[in-house]
Order: sequence, then C-alpha cells, then structure tokens
Amino acid sequence: MSDMSEQDRQLMEWLADMREDEALQLANKMLLEDGADPLRVLELCRNAMDIVGQRFSQGEYFLPELVLAGEMLQKIGAVAKPLIKQTAGGGQRKLAKVLIGTVHGDLHDIGKNIVTFMLDINGFEVKDIGVDVPVQTFIDEINGYAPDVVGLSGFLTLAFESMKETIAAIEAAGLRERMKIMIGGGQIDETVRAYTGADAFGRNAVDAVSLCKNWAVVAA
Amino acid sequence: MSAPAPGTPAAATGAAAKAAYDRRWQRILDCVALKTPERMPVVMYATFWLAKYAGITYRQLMYEYEMTREIAERAVLEFDPEAYNPMVLQSASGRALEAIGFKQLQWPGHGVRDDQPFQYLDREYMKPEEYDDFIFDPTGFYLHNYLPRVASAFEGFEELPHFPGLHYFRLVAGIRPFARPRVRAALANVMRAAEEVDRFVAQHTAFTERMTGLGYPCTNIATSIAPYDFIADYFRGARGMMTDLFRHKDKLLEALDKAAVFILRQTVASAKASGNPIVFIPTHWAPDAFMSEAQFRKFWWPSFRRVMIGLIEADLVPMPLWESDCTKRLEIIRDVPPGKCIYWFERTDMVRAFEVLGDVTALRGNLSPSMMTTGKPHEVDAAVRHLAENVFAKGGKLILDCAFGIPDETPVANVRAMFDAARKYAG
Repeated sequence: MSDMSEQDRQLMEWLADMREDEALQLANKMLLEDGADPLRVLELCRNAMDIVGQRFSQGEYFLPELVLAGEMLQKIGAVAKPLIKQTAGGGQRKLAKVLIGTVHGDLHDIGKNIVTFMLDINGFEVKDIGVDVPVQTFIDEINGYAPDVVGLSGFLTLAFESMKETIAAIEAAGLRERMKIMIGGGQIDETVRAYTGADAFGRNAVDAVSLCKNWAVVAA
Repeated sequence: MSAPAPGTPAAATGAAAKAAYDRRWQRILDCVALKTPERMPVVMYATFWLAKYAGITYRQLMYEYEMTREIAERAVLEFDPEAYNPMVLQSASGRALEAIGFKQLQWPGHGVRDDQPFQYLDREYMKPEEYDDFIFDPTGFYLHNYLPRVASAFEGFEELPHFPGLHYFRLVAGIRPFARPRVRAALANVMRAAEEVDRFVAQHTAFTERMTGLGYPCTNIATSIAPYDFIADYFRGARGMMTDLFRHKDKLLEALDKAAVFILRQTVASAKASGNPIVFIPTHWAPDAFMSEAQFRKFWWPSFRRVMIGLIEADLVPMPLWESDCTKRLEIIRDVPPGKCIYWFERTDMVRAFEVLGDVTALRGNLSPSMMTTGKPHEVDAAVRHLAENVFAKGGKLILDCAFGIPDETPVANVRAMFDAARKYAG
C-alpha cells in the first residue's frame, strides 16, 4: 500500500496489536471527521488483518486474537460501509467463491465462523449456510452459488459419516469435478479425509485460507 | 471372571466378586500412586455408543432407565474392563432434562433427531456488564438471573426477594414475593423436577451398586470443571470469553478467583458424598490452539491448579481430561504433586506426555476417534500395541482408553479389538 500516512500506519498497528479502543477511536475520526476514503480505511483494516493472520501462523496469536480482530473489523465496517459512494469502483475482485456449512447432525459453529471470517478478510467470497445442513441443501446451494471450494465443518464424530454422505451426494449429482472440498473440525485428521473423500483437511482457519489460496492460484 | 447373567442378584457372586473388584480398583490406584500395576488397566467409557451397541435409538437410551441399565451392564460384562464410567448418569438424563426444562442442551426429541447425541448450545448466558453482580453475590446472581435463563423450571425466581439486607421486620415483610403466583409456580416446578432427578439418580446408584456386586468399580462419580471453562462455556460463551481476555480481563480474573473457591467446595462435597475419590474434570479451553502460552499461564492454569491442589488436599484424585492437543502445555501442567492425579489426554501424543509427565501423573487414553470409528480391528490392535510398548512397558502408568471414551459410531469389533489387544500386549 503506497502513500501511507503516519495515521494510516498507526491504525494498522493498533488493529494488529489488539488495541481496540484506540483503533476504533482513530478509525471513527478518520471516517467521520477527516473525511477519509472509506475504501482506503477498509484496505488498511485488511492489511492489519494480514498481519494478524501472519502472527496466527507464527504461533504468536491464537483464537482470541482472531475473534477480537473480527469484531474490530465488523465495527469499523459498520461505520465505513454506509459512506462508500456507489461510484467508488464496485469493490475488490474476489479470489474465489467458497460455500461453507456444518454438516447434518452437528450444531457446532465456532470453528466454521472463524474460518468464514478468515476467508472473507483474505479476499474470498464466502457463503455460510449454517449448521446441521442437510445433504440436499448443500447440493441446492452448490447449484445456485457455483462455488470453487466447498468447506464442510463438523465437531462431533458423527460428522465423519455426514461428510462422507455429503461428498458422495455431490459426486452423484455430477458436481464433484467443479470444485475442491475441504473439511475441518475438532476430530478431523488425514484418516477422516481419506474416509470422506475430501480433497484436504485443515487444522485451523489459517490452514483453510492456505488451502483456498493454493487452489485459487492453480485455477487462475 | 465368570459373571452372572444380567438380572441375577449381585449378592450371588459374594466374596469372589469383592476380590475381583478390589483387584481391578487396585490397578487404577497403583497407577495413580505411580506404582506398576499387575497389568495395564483398560477402562470403558461409553455414552451414546451404548445405543449403537444395543441397536436402539439415542432417544431410547436417554429415556428408558431400565433398558439403559441393562445395556450398560451387558457392555461391562462383555468387555470386562478394569472400571467403567457412570454410564446411566451420563446417558439416561432425558426425563430429568425435560423435567427441569433445560435450555442449554438440545437432545433427542428436543431439537435434535432420535439418532443424534445431545449437543450444547454455546450462547452468552451472562452479559459482560453482569460480572460485578456475579462476583459480588454468586448465589443471588444464580437465583435471580442465571437459573431462569438456563432452565424453565426456575422461571419465576427472578421475583424472589434479595435476601442480603433483610432484617428484623423487613425480613418478615421481605418474604412477600413467595406469595406471588410466578414464584409459587416456580417452586412447584422445581420440586417436581427434583422428584424426576431423584428417580434418575436412583437408577444410577442402583446400577453402580449392582456393578460393584459383580466386581466392577466405577472410575468416578463426581465431576468438576476448570474455573475458566466454567465461565467460558456456561456463562460468557466462546466469543464473549475470548474477547473478555482483552476487554474485561480484570473482572474475568476476579471471577475466576471466586469461581475456584466455590467449585472446589462443591466438588469436595459431592466427591466425599459419592465415596469415590476420583474426580473427572473434562477441560475445554486448555488446548494449544485456543490461547497463547502467556494467556494460558495468566487466565487458565492458576485457578485450575488451585482447584486441583484443593482436591488433592482433600484426599481426592483429580482426573482432568485434557481435550484436543495440549502438547505445549505439558511442562506447565507438570506442576502438581507426584502420584496424585490421572491426566487423560485426548489428542496429545501419549509418548510425549509420558516423557514429560511420567514421573508425576498416571496417564489415560488415547486411541484416536477417527481410527476407532473408521478403522479396522487390526489398526486398533496396532495402536494399542504402540501405547503398550512405548508407554506402559517403559514404565508409564497408563490406563488405556479411547481419546474421549468410545466414540458413538465405533463398530463393536473395534471395541473388542481394543480390549483384546490390551490383554495381549500388557497382561
């Protein structure tokens, strides 16, 4: 990002360092008093989130930082987005489309929500279709949304079978070749990946982002 | 040991059963005391797997007391473990949950299908601005705020009087709320619910007494919780707790200190009443991935350690289940007196755990859920052999189990393989 002012740097630093009060105060000042370009402020936020993601990958940050970062971004977005003018360029081009949901029988969503947030701030268009998602809903959503990647989430051991069924149904519907499928959740490992027929599994949200980025690069 | 068929009076086994019970229990106690037991104990921890084992629905398992008792007994007798978990208490809670109107769980017939396990609803059950009320007067907060939020039988308790401060004639006048219709209804509802809970617990007691008569000890009756998990899971919810680490850290630390005191008091009382010294403590927020080492040292470990030390001082045996992967925590959680605990690991590499903790605690676990549910018996055999050879045979006081009990979907053949392999490779 070129032409960064001291204030810009300060916002990024405070966001990346989890100094919520200072960061939100400064972002509000930039947006509401200084008349800063809201798209630029959001880009600064994304840059800060890159730093957060890097610190997560390096083992410096953990889930609490990801969650707080998400909430800070949401608060700034709520102020910035109404200020974006219609002519402002139509937003950033997304890397790829990801459809994500917790498989049927399982109601857990903490991990899925963090993956959704991390994919979103890393430039993916993400559609989250919730928890306890029936197989047919995945098929219908894939037909409607045409994702490049499908993410199946599940925390319970019953999710192994649900993931297998979902992937088998995607295959039976003739949709499997159009997409990559990743799985994740507390008990997921290579054994489960092989059992379900997924392309990959991730241990955390950064894994999910890396998988999607690699697939997006290959597809480009 | 040849056990009588289910339904046979327990007393029929007499002295032989008592001797078998004592031998089994001694193997567990030897592990705790860091003595080498005569063979590697293998325990059976089953909840919804019992439904798969017997070919019934999860709903039936939760609601049919007699059937659940019969199935649990059959499973214990078939697999012949050193000890078993309180299966009836952990499975047949449907009627009690219904009677109390429990809102924090969805269970078969109440939000999930008949073939699904119960699942906890992660929500914000206490707002951040309520920390002060919780810290100042936990009992008052429970009565007026928390209980009506988490169980419908308590709805009406919001109108109960605030007791502290009532005195003299104000005390007399102060009990007027008990005449209100909502309060009266709530009290009646709670009494009705308690009667069902009484029946439920009586079933559990009858089951454990019968199994004692057949020679099988229960691993534990009492359970407890880490103060951090208590606040995170049951009050603030996952998101709230994670942001509290930044936004309300002082209040959180104060609440953890307070909770450690009453959790310890309550756990000691319930464990002493049960007559079983082992206290099962499933932990949720300790894993490596969930917080930094600095956060773990500051927020998670100190209050939990205080609870564990308090239990040990009361001659009880803490048995935390370290969920997920806690490899990076091993050096920290080593800081307990030797020969007093059982550390049960879910995904932490057991060989590594043995290397770090082998001279401090007994170990329990940890056949992987993915292997148990999707693997073949020969893979289970190999995994047990790995643990027997690399932990037990090298001096580790290992109590063999699955990662977090038998996963619900595990084929019976894999459970058979686990028990057979334990005897084949470790006595």
